[in-house]
Amino acid sequence: MDKKRAFDVTTLPGFTFIALLSFVLLYAPIATLVIYSFNGGNSVNQWGGFSLEWYVVAFNNEAVQDATVRSLIIAVWASVIATTLATMAALGTTRRGRFKGQTMIYIIINQPLMVPEIVTAVALLVFFSSVKIATGYAGLGYLILAHSAFCIPFAYLPIRARLEGMDLTMETAAADLYATPWQTFRHVTLPLLLPGVIAGAMLAFIISLDNVVITEFVKSAGQDTLPTYMLGQLRRALTPEVNAISTALLALTVLILIVFLFITKKPEKP
Amino acid sequence: MNQSGGQFSKGVSGWLLSTPALILLVFAASGPLLIVALYSVLEKGDYSGVRWVLSGDGWFRVLFERDIFDQSVSLADANLSIFWRSVKLSITTTLITFVLGLPTAWFIATRPAKARAFWLFLITIPFWTNLVIRTFAIMEVVRNEGILNTALINIGLIPQPVQIMYTDTAVLIGMAYVYLPLMVLPLYAAIDRFDFRLIEAGYDLYASRVQVLRGVILPIIKPGIIAGCILVFIPSLGAYVTPRLLGGGKNMMIGNFIELQFGQGQNWPLGAALSTVLLLIVVMSLVVYTRVSSRDNPHG
Repeated sequence: MDKKRAFDVTTLPGFTFIALLSFVLLYAPIATLVIYSFNGGNSVNQWGGFSLEWYVVAFNNEAVQDATVRSLIIAVWASVIATTLATMAALGTTRRGRFKGQTMIYIIINQPLMVPEIVTAVALLVFFSSVKIATGYAGLGYLILAHSAFCIPFAYLPIRARLEGMDLTMETAAADLYATPWQTFRHVTLPLLLPGVIAGAMLAFIISLDNVVITEFVKSAGQDTLPTYMLGQLRRALTPEVNAISTALLALTVLILIVFLFITKKPEKP
Repeated sequence: MNQSGGQFSKGVSGWLLSTPALILLVFAASGPLLIVALYSVLEKGDYSGVRWVLSGDGWFRVLFERDIFDQSVSLADANLSIFWRSVKLSITTTLITFVLGLPTAWFIATRPAKARAFWLFLITIPFWTNLVIRTFAIMEVVRNEGILNTALINIGLIPQPVQIMYTDTAVLIGMAYVYLPLMVLPLYAAIDRFDFRLIEAGYDLYASRVQVLRGVILPIIKPGIIAGCILVFIPSLGAYVTPRLLGGGKNMMIGNFIELQFGQGQNWPLGAALSTVLLLIVVMSLVVYTRVSSRDNPHG
């Protein structure tokens, strides 16, 4: 689409100014937070010279270590489970024409995107607390289940998008050559689908890693993840250690997003 | 599962492949919502939890309170002020993000293709950044010793720090900050599909810039506007982290009020009823959205 037509057509008075202002407003607080993570002093807003000491402090903090490991375990499990189930569901709900109940499946799959998190959080608190009493199990399983569930729509969307853009002729060719449905899937569909699956898994991973509200309500005592640990810390006196943790998490998010962009990048059309 | 399968087998395999995802979602997302709805009509337990006796008390207490001594019924002012604050802050947040978000989305959509990807990426980073981190960043801005107050004092505009932290203003700033990307992205999607020749046509017909904006642009990108407003309004109304950190204990929103009932308040039926109210508001917004967008675009 050619948007380089007459200049003034796409320009509205003040729009560029407000847009640039928005970007400044969005990035100034994050930039400050990152800068103060390198603060040598004890304060989150009094500059005391450049230093990496708070990264060392955060790295050696056992609570932070535990929370980080726990966050990663949950995020890995949740993204694997969510992506597997989402891939199956995406295969089931695309490319076979509409069938009865399809809308219902869409609604259930996308439900975590629509229901306010606090409502899901208390619902899971109520449900899992009685399951905990009934079974006596109080491990990480509840968090993994909860995270897997709300990660499904995030994994589902890019996978489905990839499936819908896929050419069916390869699969038909495979079937014509007497490949079994499984062989066709394994050697034709899955390799073609892989970028979508990886993209979905990455989104699921970030979403799980970032979650606060549901985790806060579902976790048992001593099951802090990095975000719930930070939420607890923010109500106390702050040191740049929180900035260091935030910056590290932020860097990880940006890194995953960049890889995500490269994977999902569509080949440029001439 | 082969290509020649009829409508029946398509449906069966569609359901079969979706079943594991559906089971997990029903178990760990949708199903528990029904339990909450059920709890809202049960009697409050002695300490926490519920007693399995039907009771309308949870719903009654959403709006009313009964005097301990003379049992007279009156409106629960504390609850009403929390609802009012939640609605007011959510609407204001939606308006602020729209005023900032529309020009931002417009700006991104009118960049050359290469630059557009860059600006879009700048919007998606905050979108995917942890909510706690973003709220923390805003705390550092609005605190008494924060950037904003320090800057204002340094340039001599104010003699001493203005208390913003733990006020509705802080919550508002925080929510607008946190939810701005949610407004920009759907607006961008709508503007990106916009045919800019229509603006040319408008100017050719001697429309002013304001007339073009109101008469041409806004009506066409209306589905994007509605989507953006709903995407901001719904999480604002259910916000929990931002009001908890920036508003403190006194400036609760519905989300914090719900938590209180399941925590210290120990009134699960009331908490369940409040959750159900929030859920119903969301469902209603979505129904309105579906109606409006299918009316505007009958073929899509």
